[in-house]
Amino acid sequence: MSTQILSLLANAAIETGYMVLIALSIGTLLGGPLGVMLATSGRGELFEARVFNRVVGGIVNATRSIPFIILAVAIIPFTRMVAGTSIGTSAAIVPLTVAATPFIARIIEGAVRGVDSGLIEAAQAMGAKPLQIVFKVLLPEALPAIVLGLTLTTVLLIGYSAMVGAVGGGGLGDLGIRYGYQRFRPDIMAAVVIVLIVVVQLIQTAGDRLARRLNKRVR
Amino acid sequence: MIRLEGLEKIYGGGRGGVTHHALKGIDLSIDKGEIFGIIGRSGAGKSTLIRTINRLEDVTGGRVFVDGVDIATLSNAELTIFRRSVGMVFQHFNLLSSRTVYGNVALPLELAKVPKDEIAKRVQPMLELVGLTDKSDRYPSELSGGQKQRVGIARALVAEPKVLLCDEVTSALDPETTQQILDLLRDINRRMSLTMVVITHEMSVVRDLCDRVAVIDDGLIVESGNVFDVFVKPAHPTTQALIANEIEASLPKSLRRIIHDGPGGPGENPVVKIVFTGPNAYDPIISQLSRTAGIDFNILAGQVDYIQNRPFGILFVEAKGGIDEAEKAIAFVQSRNLKAEVIGYVDPDSVPAG
Ligand SMILES: Nc1ncnc2c1ncn2[C@@H]1O[C@H](COP(=O)(O)OP(=O)(O)OP(=O)(O)O)[C@@H](O)[C@H]1O
Ligand SMILES: [Mg+2]
Repeated sequence: MSTQILSLLANAAIETGYMVLIALSIGTLLGGPLGVMLATSGRGELFEARVFNRVVGGIVNATRSIPFIILAVAIIPFTRMVAGTSIGTSAAIVPLTVAATPFIARIIEGAVRGVDSGLIEAAQAMGAKPLQIVFKVLLPEALPAIVLGLTLTTVLLIGYSAMVGAVGGGGLGDLGIRYGYQRFRPDIMAAVVIVLIVVVQLIQTAGDRLARRLNKRVR
Repeated sequence: MIRLEGLEKIYGGGRGGVTHHALKGIDLSIDKGEIFGIIGRSGAGKSTLIRTINRLEDVTGGRVFVDGVDIATLSNAELTIFRRSVGMVFQHFNLLSSRTVYGNVALPLELAKVPKDEIAKRVQPMLELVGLTDKSDRYPSELSGGQKQRVGIARALVAEPKVLLCDEVTSALDPETTQQILDLLRDINRRMSLTMVVITHEMSVVRDLCDRVAVIDDGLIVESGNVFDVFVKPAHPTTQALIANEIEASLPKSLRRIIHDGPGGPGENPVVKIVFTGPNAYDPIISQLSRTAGIDFNILAGQVDYIQNRPFGILFVEAKGGIDEAEKAIAFVQSRNLKAEVIGYVDPDSVPAG
């Protein structure tokens, strides 16, 4: 009985972890460069490209203004195209990634914009090339803020993954709804909620710690 | 070493933007190995001017020659190489908070793709030069302002530049630390025969550091020359005001409070400022004033500075016999080829005894 719950929980947690981690990784791979470009393509900035800035900024805002559950349903054809199916844990990664990418782009943009412009100027005065400025100055200086932002994104994605669970994605959210709600198993519902709370708590604490360790600005 | 010809900079001018004429035709020539000061009030265009020298700022008109090269003609790749030969130090240090002292000083070499072991060989002597060997592994947030600026200086010098640009490098520091940084810069100038351009709004920095100075006001050079000459015979009102500020700052606060502008009220005495320059020493003049000219006065404050190793003194005296006596004193001082003037009045009772 309780071993059954445990194995259900463990499976669901692994599924959630898998969805979130893959979406987070791909989202960072896509959203990271996008964020850096957004932060550096404005007027008078390192890679000035104002049309690009406006267009990408617009797309990012548009994607972010769609409620996730609607986005997930709306892009089902796209999901089917990418994942071959629209149901299951792997398929759920597609909408999660689509939602994560613009979110991460804004997070990274904010973090990079937070770097003192005097540092860019100093690097330019040393003869740094634009890409060197990105990799030697902007990203290292923005790292603590990026870590905090990605922690926030992870927590957000755990929430979203529960929603894709509702549309057949598996994971903790799915477990909670199928067993806890539809089969009247309040014990499973409670277990799911507790696991979610603990996991989110752990992630937030770890993220905060890491960011603090990386931040050399105040001691 | 550096020649600026008819330099102009107009900011803005973008769609619907307001334009600002920050530099209005600057001609300057800075010799190899000298410390050249540029002084002016806030907004005069100092930072704009210094930033044109390493092309952080593109000019609207005119030309910048460094070592005979018109830097506007450099390609991007050439500009990168050129900038390595021009170090820059900033008012707010602009150190990377994520790098240690060592890492910050190493950065210019890393950018130039210098191999790691050679970087180590070159960073170490720089840290020694600025006296921070023991702070090598610290982060900037663990340093004092003066130490941060030392890191900034080491970083600017590590690539062995020909020119060092300093934009208000002591403005964020207290007077004592300022003095240490100025001494360090002087020392570096001598040792490395580096050409230095020093921007400041404080006459004291010019006085203690520079060989020559140009005064910039509203985008124009209004006066320039040897530091001593500019100090002793400031021609332009802006220069005079900057020097007056400096001198005023040297007056004790308690005195500044009790001296007021004329006309003096009944029973009040004029305050005469006497400026000593060159070989005419203090003592003879003062004793002559009282003995030969029979003038009764009270010394309120005074100081002697050395500008480029030549004495430059200022004395504030209260003429006890009123304005006639003050005028006699002024005439006497002027007959010795020194400058004197009435700068205000005091109530004798409010003057601290002694
Ligand atoms: N990027 C810019 N765009 C528009 N105007 C500018 C810009 N940078 C400077 N200015 C204007 O140009 C003028 C000169 O500025 P600059 O920074 O050179 O002055 P400064 O002499 O260095 O002053 P401070 O002592 O305050 O640093 C100022 O009026 C300033 O407002
Ligand atoms: Mg300035």
